[in-house]
Amino acid sequence: MQVKTILLNKNVLEGNDREADILRGELRERGVLLVNVMSSPGAGKTTTLVNLINRLKGELRIGVMEADIDSDVDAVTVARRTGVKSVQLHTGGMCHLDAGMTRQGLEELGIEDLDLVFLENVGNLVCPAEYDTGAHLDMMILSVPEGDDKPLKYPLVFQKCSLVLINKIDAIDYFDFDLQAVRGYIADRNPKAVVLAVSAKTGENMDSVADYFKTKRGEMLCQNKTTK
Amino acid sequence: MHELGIVVNVIDEVEKVAEDNKVDKVLRLTMEIGEVSAIVPDLFSDCFEWAKKRTKHLTDCELELIVLEAVTYCQDCKGTYRTTKYGKTCPHCGSGNTYLLTGNEVTIKGISVAEPTSDNA
Ligand SMILES: Nc1nc2c(ncn2[C@@H]2O[C@H](COP(=O)(O)OP(=O)(O)O)[C@@H](O)[C@H]2O)c(=O)[nH]1
Ligand SMILES: [Mg+2]
Ligand SMILES: [Zn+2]
Repeated sequence: MQVKTILLNKNVLEGNDREADILRGELRERGVLLVNVMSSPGAGKTTTLVNLINRLKGELRIGVMEADIDSDVDAVTVARRTGVKSVQLHTGGMCHLDAGMTRQGLEELGIEDLDLVFLENVGNLVCPAEYDTGAHLDMMILSVPEGDDKPLKYPLVFQKCSLVLINKIDAIDYFDFDLQAVRGYIADRNPKAVVLAVSAKTGENMDSVADYFKTKRGEMLCQNKTTK
Repeated sequence: MHELGIVVNVIDEVEKVAEDNKVDKVLRLTMEIGEVSAIVPDLFSDCFEWAKKRTKHLTDCELELIVLEAVTYCQDCKGTYRTTKYGKTCPHCGSGNTYLLTGNEVTIKGISVAEPTSDNA
């Protein structure tokens, strides 16, 4: 028996990056905007999505995929409180979603009749940030009780997001949370990120979030027209 | 369990290479893991040992992990430093205007395979 060496030099994340690009392109062609939602557990992903969808559903046809581990109920909650269709993804205890799992979820959801799909990722700021899901936009939710130094501790997720919501702003008087400082930390890492302070509970400033997604979907359709 | 997902991806990849090269047994797999790649080498090895038993070509495969030092570059003073020691802030000039040069990689470097020394080899 002889031993032979095969050199590969292959980046492991590359395969997923490629799949994600393909998925993103397909969705764009079909006019479906996919939004990946990330946060720590309990920051308010589900609450925000419910509030947001109720503002958008008159204008856009929306679907939701829920992947947060400890929340078998999230898909049911969203469906009950918004009336839009939703599926629970089974991550098998995984700490993140990759493009392949996202594609499966979309197939289960059925996107023929949809304009906008939200993906509630696993509640964790490390692993989801490393995996491209194929989404067009990444939204990060940071809640006031978590503290204003999160962008320093988890830079990658902030670098990746086009929209950052500072949620639970209704509770800011009870916490030592410096909104100006947090805006600065985020801008250092990602100058292009849009930062909106909101309350998913009271609805404060949630209309700005709704407008953001209306605009983004519109832009996607425009780009499709000009490239055709 | 972040590591298990990556192990599964790596094994799929290596199995494919083994098939493509008509290799029966992969004896050794060498990988480079950056210090700040969010992969814990020990966990990764454990996952690998568990997962390899369920493969076609890697059941006897030994895993070699090379951990790469993380180095950050400072855009203001053009210096470099150990990321794990100082994080985002340059120890030379105090600037936060820095970015990671190396340390984030997860790379399959290569594999060693057994080739039968048959007549047509
Ligand atoms: N005070 C306050 N509580 C909120 C707000 N948004 C969410 N919550 C609460 O935070 C908890 C976690 O919210 P949830 O949406 O389930 O978080 P998820 O784990 O990120 O999906 C729930 O008890 C919500 O009622 C907010 O804007 N203000
Ligand atoms: Mg939730
Ligand atoms: Zn410096």
